[in-house]
Amino acid sequence: MKILLAAAFAALVCTSAHAATLDTIKQRGTVNCGTAPNLPGFAYTDDKNVRRGFDVDLCRALAAAVLGDADKVQLSPLNLRDGFATLTTGGVDVLTHRLTWTYNRDNGTGLDYVLTIYYDGQGFMVPKAMNVKSVNDLKGASICVAQGSTTELNIADYFRSRKMDYRIVTFQDLDEARNAYDQGRCDAWTNDRSALAARGLQLKNRDAHVILPEIISKEPIGPLVRQNDSQWAHIVRWTLFALIAAEELGVTQANVEEMKKSEVPEIKRLLGIGDDLGQKNGLSADWAYQAISRSEITARSSSAISARRRGSA
Amino acid sequence: MPAATPDGGHASLCPPYSPPRRSRFALPHGSLAWRVFAIQAVVLVLIAAFLAWVAGNVIANITRLNINTGFSFLSRPAGFEIAQKLIAFGENASYFDVFVIALINTVVLTAIAILFATLLGFVIGLARLSSNPLVAGVAAAYVEIVRNVPLLLQLFYWYFAVLRPLPGPRQSLNFFDIAFLNKRGLFVPYPVFEPGFGVLLATIAVMVLVGIVLAWMNQRHRMRTGTGLHSVRAIALLLLIPPLLVAWLTGFPLSWDVPALSGFNFSGGMTVIPEFVAMAIALSLYGAAYIAEIVRSGIRAVPAGQIDAARAVGLRRGAINRFIVIPLALRVMLPPLGTQYIVLLKNSSLAAAIAYPDLMLVFAGTVLNQTGQPFEVMLVTMASYALIGLAIGAAINLLNRRVQLVER
Repeated sequence: MKILLAAAFAALVCTSAHAATLDTIKQRGTVNCGTAPNLPGFAYTDDKNVRRGFDVDLCRALAAAVLGDADKVQLSPLNLRDGFATLTTGGVDVLTHRLTWTYNRDNGTGLDYVLTIYYDGQGFMVPKAMNVKSVNDLKGASICVAQGSTTELNIADYFRSRKMDYRIVTFQDLDEARNAYDQGRCDAWTNDRSALAARGLQLKNRDAHVILPEIISKEPIGPLVRQNDSQWAHIVRWTLFALIAAEELGVTQANVEEMKKSEVPEIKRLLGIGDDLGQKNGLSADWAYQAISRSEITARSSSAISARRRGSA
Repeated sequence: MPAATPDGGHASLCPPYSPPRRSRFALPHGSLAWRVFAIQAVVLVLIAAFLAWVAGNVIANITRLNINTGFSFLSRPAGFEIAQKLIAFGENASYFDVFVIALINTVVLTAIAILFATLLGFVIGLARLSSNPLVAGVAAAYVEIVRNVPLLLQLFYWYFAVLRPLPGPRQSLNFFDIAFLNKRGLFVPYPVFEPGFGVLLATIAVMVLVGIVLAWMNQRHRMRTGTGLHSVRAIALLLLIPPLLVAWLTGFPLSWDVPALSGFNFSGGMTVIPEFVAMAIALSLYGAAYIAEIVRSGIRAVPAGQIDAARAVGLRRGAINRFIVIPLALRVMLPPLGTQYIVLLKNSSLAAAIAYPDLMLVFAGTVLNQTGQPFEVMLVTMASYALIGLAIGAAINLLNRRVQLVER
């Protein structure tokens, strides 16, 4: 038993420690991603029991770029607390999660942020009946919040610097925070505005609530990988850059076959025609083409973006 | 060939027989004891080697991955706010202060839950043994239902069951203008100690001490002569005078901070948050179901002959319970009761689900998220739970030893 345990432990440590992530992925045949457990628009399970959302699509795009098959993914729903440790120990290859890029998370954790995919910001929701027009009117209010790395600190900083007192009710889980707010436990509910918008849809009466105009923080959000494996970090970064370039150049999943015949040099380079940019990172020449054609991110990301826009409306 | 004795000597060759000298460390070669010792030593070495290898591996990987380690983060400012603070907590509080506050919250919740679970558990345990079928049936149904529904579900049930019927802050239930109850919690007056309160407290303490000595003397006198000291009641009344005098001289150094509605909510006074109430109710009810079974098994374990004998000497029902059943049952009950208390402590960590700021939510949650040092934070959290659990275990063992001494 002990020997078995030791062997299992050794296998765990050794694979995560010494092999390059890309080799491990090719050998294993799947890209392992950690995503939020349930966040409409970003990572959620649809009614056909399929994981969907922007973060999930990112993972599929990576699998397409590396393995040529967007379905060769293993998606681990991870909460905040487990996310970092799971990535550190090799349980996942990349966190395509909603984790804010902060100093404390980027430094001294053995992990690296790859790039910012989008900027979120912390906002407040209140019942319309309260007649509150600004966060600055929330002096003495009880505020429901779900734990985040920066969420509680942001409120503390904002209220303290304005000499306003408040009472915080901190939940582990976004849904419980919303339910408690819905039950009237708190005067206001705070979180990233994308989360307020997405989770707010499940309030008993969504129209009776309003998001206040203030955004009290800047939350750069993007994927994380383990430190000291720049090849894998570069693959994640440049796959995302390729997808952004595709959107700018008007290349989508629907028209990518046509675009292969394009004479625009940038598109040809992007799709790996007449050039092989993939080999520098151990990928095939058409890795970006694979990411665009096999993952639906270019077609579907609009749902996430519209959720985001509702949040800042 | 003479038969070999177990210790390896040849009995017939060495008369008179002298027992082999055995020291603790020189075990005779080939004996069962030696084999056991050798096996244990090998296993111990293997475990030690395994742990050393794991530790070495962890250290090597932490170094390779550039992970910050150590506990220096405990002295860095935490910066965030906590819903329930039983000790003062300023803006510059460190992560260590946060840890202490969270630990106190866990201990207070566990202590309250243990108290109420025990009281309720005894009542239900006795009810299950009642000869009244309705009472026994209700108690049995309670135990079976509560034990078979996951605690986490019960927590959510109680949390929203507590929240739902309560009014908002402006429609608070008002108790004589000094205490208020609404969705934000129970607001009660908080004592404010003014200068001079220490003197008053000291006077009271001295008088209580004098009272205890008097009671002890009275008891001794009664044991010797059969009658108590006649003057003891009068002297006891006299003990009330010094504290009253001091209170009057210092101008009654205690006032109350009464909560008052201002803005969104009541300010001033003390707040009992609904998360705490829900946790205390759920944990107490859950623990009570298990404790009821422990009580029942303890009482059932008392031999019927003992009770018959007590009846035969003419003891009344109350006296039988007090002098025969309870002392005997307590012996059986205490060890599992201690285990149950530790289980309650560990179950209290579910509090994080309904926003009660305990060790798990605040320290192993927010602090972990903010510092990004999961190894250290989890180590401290686990050690804290282990230490509180061991302390509960030690207390119960102490109590158990005292109960066991009754045995003759």
